[in-house]
Amino acid sequence: MIPRPEDFYRVLPETVWCLFGVLAMVLQPMVRSRHVLSALAFAGALLGTLATFLSAAHSGPAFNGLIQFDGYSLFFHWLIGIIACMSVLVAAPYLDREGLEPAEFYALLLFATAGMGVLASAQELLTGFIGLEMSSISSYILAGYRRDSLKSSESAMKYFLLGSFATAFFLYGIALVYGATGTTNLALMSATDSSSTLLRLGLSLILIGLGFKVAAAPFQIWTPDVYEGAPTPVTALFSAGPKAAAFALLLRIFATVHAASDFWFWAFWLLAILTMFAGNLGALVQTNVKRLLAYSSIAHAGYILVAFAAVTFMRSEIDGAGPAYAAILFYLASYALVKIGAFAIVSELGGKGEKNLSLDDYAGLSQRQPVIAATLTLFLLSLLGLPITAGFFGKLYIFKAAVNSHLIWLAVLMAVNSVIGAYYYLRLIVVMYMREPSPEALQLAPVRFSVGVNVVLVIAILGTLYLGLFPNSILQMILQRSLIGGGRFQ
Amino acid sequence: MTPGLLSVLIFFPACGVLALLPLRSDDHTWIRRLALTISLIEFGFSLWLLRNARIGWSGYQFQEFATWIHYPPINYHLGVDGISLFLVLLTTLLTPISILASWSSISHRVKEFFIMLLLLEVGVVGVFLSLDLFLFFLFWEVMLIPMAFLIGIWGHERRVYAAVKFVLYTMAGSILMLVGIIWLYNSTGTFDLAGFHYGKFDVAGVQELLQAGVLSLSPRTEMLLFLSFFLAFAIKVPLFPLHTWLPDAHVEAPTAGSVMLAGVLLKMGTYGMLRFCLPLFPEAAHRAAPWVAALAIVGIIYGALVAMVQPNLKKLVAYSSVSHLGFVVLGIFAFNNISIQGAVYQMLAHGISTGALFLLVGMLYDRRHTFEMSEFGGLAMPMPKLAAFFLFVALSSLGLPILNGFVGEYLILLGTYQVHWTWAAWAATGVILSACYLLWAYQRVFFGEITHDKNRTLPDISSRERGILIAMAVITLWMGIGSAYIIRRTAGSSQAVLDQMTRPQMHEAATPKLRTPQDATPRTAQRTQLAAERLGTR
Repeated sequence: MIPRPEDFYRVLPETVWCLFGVLAMVLQPMVRSRHVLSALAFAGALLGTLATFLSAAHSGPAFNGLIQFDGYSLFFHWLIGIIACMSVLVAAPYLDREGLEPAEFYALLLFATAGMGVLASAQELLTGFIGLEMSSISSYILAGYRRDSLKSSESAMKYFLLGSFATAFFLYGIALVYGATGTTNLALMSATDSSSTLLRLGLSLILIGLGFKVAAAPFQIWTPDVYEGAPTPVTALFSAGPKAAAFALLLRIFATVHAASDFWFWAFWLLAILTMFAGNLGALVQTNVKRLLAYSSIAHAGYILVAFAAVTFMRSEIDGAGPAYAAILFYLASYALVKIGAFAIVSELGGKGEKNLSLDDYAGLSQRQPVIAATLTLFLLSLLGLPITAGFFGKLYIFKAAVNSHLIWLAVLMAVNSVIGAYYYLRLIVVMYMREPSPEALQLAPVRFSVGVNVVLVIAILGTLYLGLFPNSILQMILQRSLIGGGRFQ
Repeated sequence: MTPGLLSVLIFFPACGVLALLPLRSDDHTWIRRLALTISLIEFGFSLWLLRNARIGWSGYQFQEFATWIHYPPINYHLGVDGISLFLVLLTTLLTPISILASWSSISHRVKEFFIMLLLLEVGVVGVFLSLDLFLFFLFWEVMLIPMAFLIGIWGHERRVYAAVKFVLYTMAGSILMLVGIIWLYNSTGTFDLAGFHYGKFDVAGVQELLQAGVLSLSPRTEMLLFLSFFLAFAIKVPLFPLHTWLPDAHVEAPTAGSVMLAGVLLKMGTYGMLRFCLPLFPEAAHRAAPWVAALAIVGIIYGALVAMVQPNLKKLVAYSSVSHLGFVVLGIFAFNNISIQGAVYQMLAHGISTGALFLLVGMLYDRRHTFEMSEFGGLAMPMPKLAAFFLFVALSSLGLPILNGFVGEYLILLGTYQVHWTWAAWAATGVILSACYLLWAYQRVFFGEITHDKNRTLPDISSRERGILIAMAVITLWMGIGSAYIIRRTAGSSQAVLDQMTRPQMHEAATPKLRTPQDATPRTAQRTQLAAERLGTR
């Protein structure tokens, strides 16, 4: 069938991102100025994000149901687009400092973003696979972008090997699902018999594949090493973007395919608990800030999986999983904002060659750079889930979703995990405020933050406080917009 | 009535923080002066609140209401009753005292110190004034961070350990409370505690829904909810065996931190029990009461015994808090009008006298930089005035009649005795033990030979210290003889706690063994009034 014009509107953000990625590569031999390339990449990321408005005006299925642009994908496109804009701003001074080629970096970043966009609006498992591959392959290269660094190469290698393994699982799952249902289209799949073992097996393989992407235990082993080795702006992107996109696809599969809810419920229940404990217990002993934040992102994936368990439980029980969906989306938004902000600070403080990453380097930061220390503290408190920050409401809504579904034990275990989490976030705060800096550190001039990074920080601070004080606005948007597939939470 | 007074009380110190921020951080004098002025104005506001509060009114006064978050419906609902009124007053009184106490002992990162102290005040006052469960939780958590910083930055050697321990203990409890709050919201559909029906607002309160029997919780649910709240409060109080964070936090905290911690933060736990555990989950509270009372009594005796063998003076005072707060918990869980009034009174009295003890210990530390009692001895010789004040405060803490400690302990024991005489008998040993450890410690520190030469030339109290101590002593004495003034204002609210514990079905099935609130007749209230007046005239 020949694509209609509105089909192109519905993939406009991805198109813009890809075009600007290609443009950056083409212009590289001609443009010597890093600033121009950075500006180009930023413009591309921003224009792609703004293009979502056009897509939203023409929302609906595209390309024979391969793609579905609805309120749900709109939300994720915004989220991913904002993450991409912020990543570009964080990356610009970093690339400058490390003397890395900017053009390919930005191109890969934009391609990865486009891949995530495809993931978020995939209505079909194979489209999802394409999106996954687009974002993954760009990510593998980005992780190893500091070629001369051993750690960066290790990170890329590890990510590539384990990632392709997980993709294989995903693909195999699609094959089994197709075998069981005769379709890869999610909407059609929901109408088929849900009790077949083959379908369950296929869906669990898909879960493994996506579980790898969101770093759910026991598929999280790669996370700390990859996050540590990758260039910090890339880590910022990894911790927010692909995670949000993979969660988007995962959630869409559940919202559409009714198959085997009970089965999924227990899978999520178990994954959530394993992930929370793996992340939080692992973070306790870290002395490298990047690794610490990596483990914390595993833990946060666990919290989100708690909401997934609530969603799947609700499916089999009563209608009204709406708040649980909203909890997931809200959490992803609040988490992405804070994580990028925190990694932006880590990236700048890391200095040339990413030398200053250990907790000792943060000792007495409050005296050397009080504003930065206070900002990082705000982000950490949001990750910890303290009131008047976005993270608090994110956690609250997940708690509420879990209690709503009578998953009291899961809520209690999440509470226990929050306390464990408090320990390592506080440890970083304690180091910044309560430890005296070493004499050498005091000699150093305070790190100057570039304008772009300052913009990122201001956005993250305002966003964190705004969502922490007035979560209404965004929550209303999530709850009232017809989200998945046109229906209101189906 | 003054509209917006409660909001002013909560947010005025926060505005003060904004005023402090632009000051230069090495301009210590002006930072101190400004912080003191802010806290004194805040104290003035709370006095204004006291002056305007209606006497004998058991409900909430000065209520303020605004919608904040629509989903889930969280409202900005404030109100004050007889119990929280005085706790707010205590907070706003102890803040300027703490500021004065840290006038010269804090010389490092001064601006941050006073900012933290004022932020702490925001959180604590917010906790006492919130009538929305969610808002309450919010302030409860917000208050944690400034306190942790106070301990962790300006504390003594093991300060970081103590700060982290303090935060983790409190967090563990409060997160479970959050689960409880959400669970309660799921069953009731509201976060509001008391309900607000005025003007365009018509918000049902958890308390009124439960009491009217509109919805009832199954015994198991009620017990679990009770425990989720109770645990958070018991950690804060702290109730034996959850008290282990307290000695560390106290010993490592700077003087101002200790004063605030002992003076008001611990009261947040007992206040929470009175405000939430009892009215919302009466049957669970009744079922748990014997266990809670047993823990409280163990705490009273254990705290006193450990205090007796402490070589560290500050730790001694910290353990005496465990003992004294055991009395408060016992009084609350005797479910008797007199004992609850006693508990409220003891909360205030303990705030004043233990606060004063920490101030005195801090003054000793400023002079000798140690808390070890073996380093002291014979201090009455070089410092007669400090010794006199110390004796006065110690006597009030151990419950000497005409001083404040007596009224609370007496009322608690009296009320408890009417219900369970064995509880009262066990608890009474705590009174004796407190005399033992305080007087013995006093003897070792102030009497006898001067064993260390350094101690011979210690300066006596300065005029600033004298001012603080005189203020505390006057309040101690006034609370001892003028107790009727306070009790008249708290009586109605204490009775209200008991009234809120009645449930429709309990009228039929009231067992005589459980002392249900029907027993708390006006006659009992009258008797308390009489007892209080008698105390006052003695």
